[in-house]
Amino acid sequence: MIPSDLIKEIALNMRKNIIELGYLAENNGAHFGSALSIVDIMATLYSTILNNENNKRDFSDQHKLILSKGHGSLGLYTALYEGKIISLKDLNSFESEDGDFPGQPVMNILKGIEYSSGSLGHGLSYGVGLSLANKKKKRDSKIFVILGDGECNEGTIWEAAMSAAHFKLDNLIVIIDCNKLQSDGPNEKILHMGNMASKWESFGWFVFDNIDGHDIDQLYITTINSGVKEGFPTVILANTIKGKGISFMENNNEWHHNVLTEEKYKIAMGELNAIH
Amino acid sequence: MLSINPTNIKIWSKLGQRGTLGLSLTDLGKTKEDLIVMSADLAITSGLDRFIKNYPDKFINAGIAEQNMINMAAGLSRDYTVFATTFATFASMRSYEQIRLNLGYMKHNVKIVGIGSGLSMGMFGNTHYGIEDLSLMRSVPGLTVLSPADGLSLVKFIDMAYESKDPMYIRLTGTINNPIVYDKNTEFRIGKANILKQGNDVAIIATGSMVYESIKAASYLEKKNISAAIIDMSTIKPLDYNIIKMICNELRYVVTVEEHSIIGGLGSAVAEFKSTLRNHTKQIFIGIPDRFEKAGSYKHLLLKYELTGEQIAEKIFEEIDKEKNRWRFTYGE
Repeated sequence: MIPSDLIKEIALNMRKNIIELGYLAENNGAHFGSALSIVDIMATLYSTILNNENNKRDFSDQHKLILSKGHGSLGLYTALYEGKIISLKDLNSFESEDGDFPGQPVMNILKGIEYSSGSLGHGLSYGVGLSLANKKKKRDSKIFVILGDGECNEGTIWEAAMSAAHFKLDNLIVIIDCNKLQSDGPNEKILHMGNMASKWESFGWFVFDNIDGHDIDQLYITTINSGVKEGFPTVILANTIKGKGISFMENNNEWHHNVLTEEKYKIAMGELNAIH
Repeated sequence: MLSINPTNIKIWSKLGQRGTLGLSLTDLGKTKEDLIVMSADLAITSGLDRFIKNYPDKFINAGIAEQNMINMAAGLSRDYTVFATTFATFASMRSYEQIRLNLGYMKHNVKIVGIGSGLSMGMFGNTHYGIEDLSLMRSVPGLTVLSPADGLSLVKFIDMAYESKDPMYIRLTGTINNPIVYDKNTEFRIGKANILKQGNDVAIIATGSMVYESIKAASYLEKKNISAAIIDMSTIKPLDYNIIKMICNELRYVVTVEEHSIIGGLGSAVAEFKSTLRNHTKQIFIGIPDRFEKAGSYKHLLLKYELTGEQIAEKIFEEIDKEKNRWRFTYGE
């Protein structure tokens, strides 16, 4: 059975925390849109396969997640908190001076952060290395990599895509946060990527196309049951809404990175509180 | 480790640094379970054919995708000690941000071996020359940068690199028939220069292929009554500050010699530290000038850039002579 209600509750908690922490970041601002679009994906993973209930984590042998689109950091930090990997104190140190949880994630294995991302296009290559090591060590654990659709402009994504197929990494699962916007505007205006599903397929990947990135059941089935096609890495093209959950942030690129005023904060929190 | 004896030293010289790298890694492959060697479609050129034949499970070819290779190496280094090789120019420049991020910022235990550095790629032309790698690599925080002078020092440094957990860039210079600098077992330490010869007038600090040329230069200078010390600066970073301090305390001239751009490499590293000392030692920079020129054979290029022993000696002699004349002109004799 799919624990949809639990995952939905966790996703809602994450959205509230994203708004809270983004507000407390004051003039440093935060990447609201990119964090909110991955919330349901992250909630699905961190309430199930990546959860640390009862401190079960074994650092060498566990499933790992790389947030390659580092600017979605609040989507990671809030998930790590819900997944019982970091403490409330850790979470509240978001964007504090010299802290461990700045705007872009900093590798910190004990805190569940597997990679220092921020510069785009690096996480998948690193994930290929981790997956290859798992294969060589005959471990069953999976490697999840979250990419942005804009991030796929980077050439290294495609070098990595080729190599994952070449090395038959069926323990590697990529989830692309297709929110259709990048820093300067709509993907198709900035750099049109054409048909992503056929691109990935032609690179030798097993593709789940047109997955609703906010539908918990679809996400659960594709992420938890993925890696089923033996010898093929899996990519999930998840259609998402940038800023999902806050009316004035949805599909509005002003909220790619922005400062949340008290007035806007109250509106955002009001919307989230009304859900429950 | 490979046994150190006169026969092996001769073989390493004959094979050059690339072939010796292959022997060294193949030897490590015999016993080290956690070793992975990678290349970006230049494994044979890196002397790895035997390694691949003997230990296929320890070798990964990344294809012509250097950036992906470095990040993959970093991922693998969570479980393995990884050596990644390709031409120095591609290793250091195509994947510079990958090195900064994975080896510098995240301190992953990856050893990058840049083969064919300096001008040794000859007729391949400027795309293949490694003339900026020291400059780029030493500016990455936390990266150790090694530049061995010959086969024996390379064998020793490869072993030390394997034992160390630090990220590294190892620069290979010269071609086959790489001259012997160390003809018997010598102690090497990362971060410590070796004094090959004492001298009273001038100290020549050289690295990689230029160490041997500097030994030749010193013997030419000897004939002109200039006594030159020779220092093999086999670690570019961390730099051996003590030896520079010692030179600046005692000698009037320090000469840096490198098969690398005069910007940013050994000369710059020495000058950066030297400028913090109160001293009257003059530095003479010998290296590749700051411009691209036409391609040529290795031998031709060394002559063109005045990097042979005799030309190095000539340049040092001229500089010292010029100063002497100036001194005569100003103060009389």
